[in-house]
Amino acid sequence: MKVLTLNFLTCAVKACKSTSTSFPLHPKDCEMVSDTIEPNPKLLYNILPRVNWTALLTTVAELGFPELPPNPPTIEELQADEKMTQELHTLLLETQISEGCLVCGNCGHAYAIKEGIANFLLPNHLV
Amino acid sequence: MSRPEDTLPPDLHYNDSEAKKYTTSSRIQNIQAQMTNRALELLKLKEPSLILDVGCGSGLSGEILSSVDPQEGGPHIWVGMDISASMLDVALQRDIEGDLMLADIGQGVPFRAGSFDAAISISAIQWLCNADSNDVSSTGRLSRFFNGLYASLKRGGKAVCQFYPKNEQQRTMISGAAIKAGFGAGILEDDPGTKNGKLYLVLEVGGDGGDITGVVKGLDGVDVVDARRKHAEKGRKIHKGSKAWIMGKKEQMERKGKVVKNNSKYTGRKRKITF
Ligand SMILES: C[S@@+](CC[C@H](N)C(=O)[O-])C[C@H]1O[C@@H](n2cnc3c(N)ncnc32)[C@H](O)[C@@H]1O
Repeated sequence: MKVLTLNFLTCAVKACKSTSTSFPLHPKDCEMVSDTIEPNPKLLYNILPRVNWTALLTTVAELGFPELPPNPPTIEELQADEKMTQELHTLLLETQISEGCLVCGNCGHAYAIKEGIANFLLPNHLV
Repeated sequence: MSRPEDTLPPDLHYNDSEAKKYTTSSRIQNIQAQMTNRALELLKLKEPSLILDVGCGSGLSGEILSSVDPQEGGPHIWVGMDISASMLDVALQRDIEGDLMLADIGQGVPFRAGSFDAAISISAIQWLCNADSNDVSSTGRLSRFFNGLYASLKRGGKAVCQFYPKNEQQRTMISGAAIKAGFGAGILEDDPGTKNGKLYLVLEVGGDGGDITGVVKGLDGVDVVDARRKHAEKGRKIHKGSKAWIMGKKEQMERKGKVVKNNSKYTGRKRKITF
């Protein structure tokens, strides 16, 4: 699972929807892999405004990656900064969780990830 | 021919051998590719986008999303949800680029509001009409799915769902659930009346919740699912605090992705003062 996807995922438990502690999910005991993906700057420009930067900072810290600037770059800054574009491409799209789990900060549910696939199936009474 | 939907739940129907048979059949590959391309045409994406693939299976559609030419606004990235571990396993072996999740769309769509540019679903959502146990209803599953889908799409985002309803009733049940979730909706039928006929539910998250049936009106052969009768009813004066008013508010909140209590016979009832 890409770091980008983690930035959009929330806990699926019904009772967690209205709480702010259920996002972002917290990676635990994660094995990371890196996949080479063709750079696609236009895609980055499109999705960056939708990335929750605060959540991304949390994720990056939890995964032990080098710190990001406290605020997201603007599209203009990104267009002018090839290195930043490359770094964000690597972090958001190429860096992926292959094994481990994602834990909800509210209910504590742990969603297992195996071979990159997160298991979001829940018992019916929780949804 | 009997429908697999009527025989087994999807995760059992799509077991290892069925998943392999499904994905390697060149007849199926061709049909699924045609429908995916048609859905892409209807989505009209102008720039590389983040797409949700609902019931992605072994990634036959996803593969196409990943390879859309830059001249045609691609390539896109995608996240696929599917309830069959075997289908996802085949997807892994085929080395697709999208992210995969083992998930039941009848339980909702676990993404924060406004995540996706668009969504696509090929030959999957009719499965929601069959609820497989008595603690869940198909109406509940359909509404969790469409409410979740609605919230997970950005403003102006579109979804195209090709589906195989068993009959008229399923067709109305599905499009009705989408409209109830707040979508502007239309149904497009290719080759109607033939055995190759294909139905596409075309949905859009409107800017202001007004009449957005215009999205699909311009397209050839689209049968706009009209929500106007509902609007007419809305025209009647609804008293603030009445049951109808409360139900309306609750629907509105749910569309915004808020959690609301399930409706019951007590909803909106006057409570007696008790000591
Ligand atoms: C006919 S296959 C289509 C797969 C893929 N979209 C394609 O075009 O090749 C239907 C898929 O829907 C999935 N499905 C059915 N019910 C589902 C549910 N409730 N949640 C998630 N996926 C579901 C099945 O597991 C299966 O992979």
